[in-house]
Amino acid sequence: MKSDNDLKATSLIGTPMRKVEGLDKSTGRALYTDDIALPGMLHGKILRSPHPHARIVSIDATAAEAMPGVHAVITGRDMPTRYGIIPWTPDEYPLCLDRVRYIGDGVAAVAAVDEDTALAALERIEVVYEELPAFLDPHEAWAADGSTPYIHEPKKEGWNGNVTKMVHLEFGEVEAGLDEADVVVEGEYFFEGTTHAPIEPHCAIGSWDGVGRLTVWSATQVPHYLHRELARVLEVDPASVRVLQPLVGGAFGGKSEPFDLEFCVAKLSMRTGRPVKILYTREEVFYSHRGRHPFHMRYRTGATRDGKLTSVDAQILLDGGAYASFGLVTTYYSGQLLCAPYAMPAYRFDSTRVYTNKPACGPKRGHGSVQPRFAFEVQVDKLAERVGLDPIDFRRRNFIGEHTRTVNELRVTSNGFLECLESVERASGWAEKFRRLPFGRGVGVAGSTYISGTNYPIYPNEMPQSAVQMQIDRSGRVAVFSGASEIGQGCDSVVAYIAAEELGVPLEWVRVLRGDTDFTPVDLGAYSSRVTFMLGNAAIDAATRLRRLVQEAVGEAWEVRPSEVLLADGHATWAPDTARRMPIAEAFNLAEARSGTLGATGWYNTPKDVHGEYRGGTIGASPAYSFTAHVAEVDVDVETGFVDVRKIWVAHDCGRALNPVLVEGQMEGSAYMGFAEALMEEHVFKGEEQGRAGLHHAPSLLDYRIPTSLDTPALESLIVESIDPEGPYGAKEAGEGPLHPSIPAIANAIYDAVGVRLDRLPFSPPNVWRALERAREAGSLGKPASPGAGRASAAGAHDADAPPPGVAEPASVEAVRGD
Amino acid sequence: MMDTATDIVRLSVNGDARDVGVPTHFTLLEALRYGLGLTGSKQGCDKGDCGACTVLVDGEPTLSCITPAFAVEGREVTTVEGLAGPAGPHPLQDEFDRNGAAQCGFCTPGILCSAAALLERVQRPGRDEIRAALSGNLCRCTGYAKIYDAVEAAAARMAPPGDAS
Repeated sequence: MKSDNDLKATSLIGTPMRKVEGLDKSTGRALYTDDIALPGMLHGKILRSPHPHARIVSIDATAAEAMPGVHAVITGRDMPTRYGIIPWTPDEYPLCLDRVRYIGDGVAAVAAVDEDTALAALERIEVVYEELPAFLDPHEAWAADGSTPYIHEPKKEGWNGNVTKMVHLEFGEVEAGLDEADVVVEGEYFFEGTTHAPIEPHCAIGSWDGVGRLTVWSATQVPHYLHRELARVLEVDPASVRVLQPLVGGAFGGKSEPFDLEFCVAKLSMRTGRPVKILYTREEVFYSHRGRHPFHMRYRTGATRDGKLTSVDAQILLDGGAYASFGLVTTYYSGQLLCAPYAMPAYRFDSTRVYTNKPACGPKRGHGSVQPRFAFEVQVDKLAERVGLDPIDFRRRNFIGEHTRTVNELRVTSNGFLECLESVERASGWAEKFRRLPFGRGVGVAGSTYISGTNYPIYPNEMPQSAVQMQIDRSGRVAVFSGASEIGQGCDSVVAYIAAEELGVPLEWVRVLRGDTDFTPVDLGAYSSRVTFMLGNAAIDAATRLRRLVQEAVGEAWEVRPSEVLLADGHATWAPDTARRMPIAEAFNLAEARSGTLGATGWYNTPKDVHGEYRGGTIGASPAYSFTAHVAEVDVDVETGFVDVRKIWVAHDCGRALNPVLVEGQMEGSAYMGFAEALMEEHVFKGEEQGRAGLHHAPSLLDYRIPTSLDTPALESLIVESIDPEGPYGAKEAGEGPLHPSIPAIANAIYDAVGVRLDRLPFSPPNVWRALERAREAGSLGKPASPGAGRASAAGAHDADAPPPGVAEPASVEAVRGD
Repeated sequence: MMDTATDIVRLSVNGDARDVGVPTHFTLLEALRYGLGLTGSKQGCDKGDCGACTVLVDGEPTLSCITPAFAVEGREVTTVEGLAGPAGPHPLQDEFDRNGAAQCGFCTPGILCSAAALLERVQRPGRDEIRAALSGNLCRCTGYAKIYDAVEAAAARMAPPGDAS
């Protein structure tokens, strides 16, 4: 959306500001869902399957229902409507109807006077299961022939019911591009699954008023979608459903679709006539998951001898777990989001998402594109070495440019990627370090791009993606009614900053009223890095309408042109003679007398004509793309395999930093989370050989290793501003993009340190140690040659030594086979 | 209803003597949150792994989710609600806000308690001392960087006049 504010000088925007709820959070006043207790409230618990795959033969809740203090027991039969966040793939019931598909799948729920009673009641529910063979390995799920039951019914006769989605897209002449290449690198990569692990467990409260109105409080990122699904599944008119979203204690994608507890608290309240709360245990948070998919990836990438990419070919198998979740989108994203920041003349990807009998995977920060970015940026590092170029220089040569289209026809607007590369190169001292540090220490670089929201909403509609309502009080106070989801990223503050900027009031005078579908306009939710871009534009739209009314009223009173009236610093001021001014409240009163009560709505909708006309071409289309580059510096202990990341330099093109403190916070949090996935985190399950197939290996915050303050490396944020023509004041996203390069930058740094390629995550001491051992045996452990030396030998030996196009690079494939 | 023994536990919380009737197995965290309505202290894991429930018991950072309520009778409990005074927020609370050290804010109450104990012990801690003092508190949002900035800024404000170190 083009706004007349884009190029205006700003007084608040761009400066460090506090968050509107910051002091509430640091004083303990902030309310999260579990902090709410309603009179007469009951406590619910969900009985979960002990089997990874089984038929439910019968459920007998008689004994549980008879217990004192138990008010209701419900099962799948009470809510027999399928739901799913993606309208084309609803494959879940709030409680399982006749089949369980992972250890942890919900089969019944209890409401009782307290948690202890509810837990005791769960033990009295008799469920008879008929166990079925489970699919834990995605390759086996893919190869299934129907001789044992598929995880879901096939969509068509003869199809494999274990497949969620297959996508094959090809742009340009892929095989010809590989044939023309002077160097082709082929590699296999494995990205282990990881989970969000927000510190706040999921929690929901349902309250039925007995005559038709349903209210649900939830720690959700998507109150609007929850609203729709609650109405549909519980058969309540949407106009009678109210969803409240207290502050959310972290989410990262893990609360971005409806969960069983939200339906259960609603149904249990409808059954008992009393409010019901369910708070997940930490173990349940791990089993509810919806985190990063494990990806098995194979890439062939070609380049010319002067370092230009010619062709990219990708094959990806996504291990989806038991349900579709966002999987349709994940499957597309696994390929669609790779086509910047580098120009690719030809690109093909073949992605297949299969079901397995494990907790469902979904979107985690950098949805679907973190895994291929890891693989691809390592491929790029290998190509740069093969053609004898510095890897930063290689990336520069392939820069796609700004105001262009990708090979898959996505429209790119602003692009600050070159500045990102330059920033990390300079700040890290790259030139003095790359290939020059002593053996065991190294630096690596990687780049990436990410969407600032999606051009198409999850369910097809033509309505705005985001909106706010703004109202001015005679005191000078401004109220903003926002339906956006504050999950810690600061979106409530962003609308306040914009209201203060546009209307000239002090930030402290802006109230943000939020998190209630009864009185806020729809915002679609906190996902796909859409909120600042879309909500920000909506807030500018609303504030501009109000500002004009105030300018007109003051202009009339002063007999000057409205455009000469500035609203800033708590005053209305006449631009040609700034001595002429009045307090802003007075200006608002003039406007209210002239135009009536001062309120306005504002909204934003995405451009819809900026993608290719092919099936799936809309997926990945975004109004703007952010760009990131990282340099990581690591120490590798060659005796133990322990990798110590000393520092990560993070340069991110966020378009414009509306509040640099919040942008840096997103960059640092992203880099931390990428580092965590690179070195520590593994969301893995036991196999048959370990006794309980499908049991989570480490469902606690002790055993699932997330970094403490002592583990986390030093992080340096370098903000790059490209001023996007369509973003609010030029802003783009900052919440997810800066995660992507952490992992490949660390992988490439490990190679620089010890000459060993790590193509499987995580780079934990056992995995690294095994790779080091293989390198020792092969005699390849050691500092790699510098590009200058490499270039001479690569160029000289190219025709004789380089494998012909299409032949695997030995070191890479060896690394995979060795595991 | 379960046959659960209930007990009156006499707690001293943020300077107030409070009698609270809770099941005997209740943890200090449950007594604070569900018995006294002091919801500032958070439950993230319920088994002492994440540190979100950290409170001060006689000034020592303590995991209230694995401390029985009855075990702290006769000792002084300080929660995040007790850090602020009549004059306003504790310098740590203010600096957490000013520095963007609280994103989702769920770990913040526990981190503030750990940091407050550190600043009682060490006037101007170095970054490594801060990292060590906060190593029992998981934060999933910030990468810890802004938290260090906030603790350092608060320490500078709290240091006696003339201490320019």
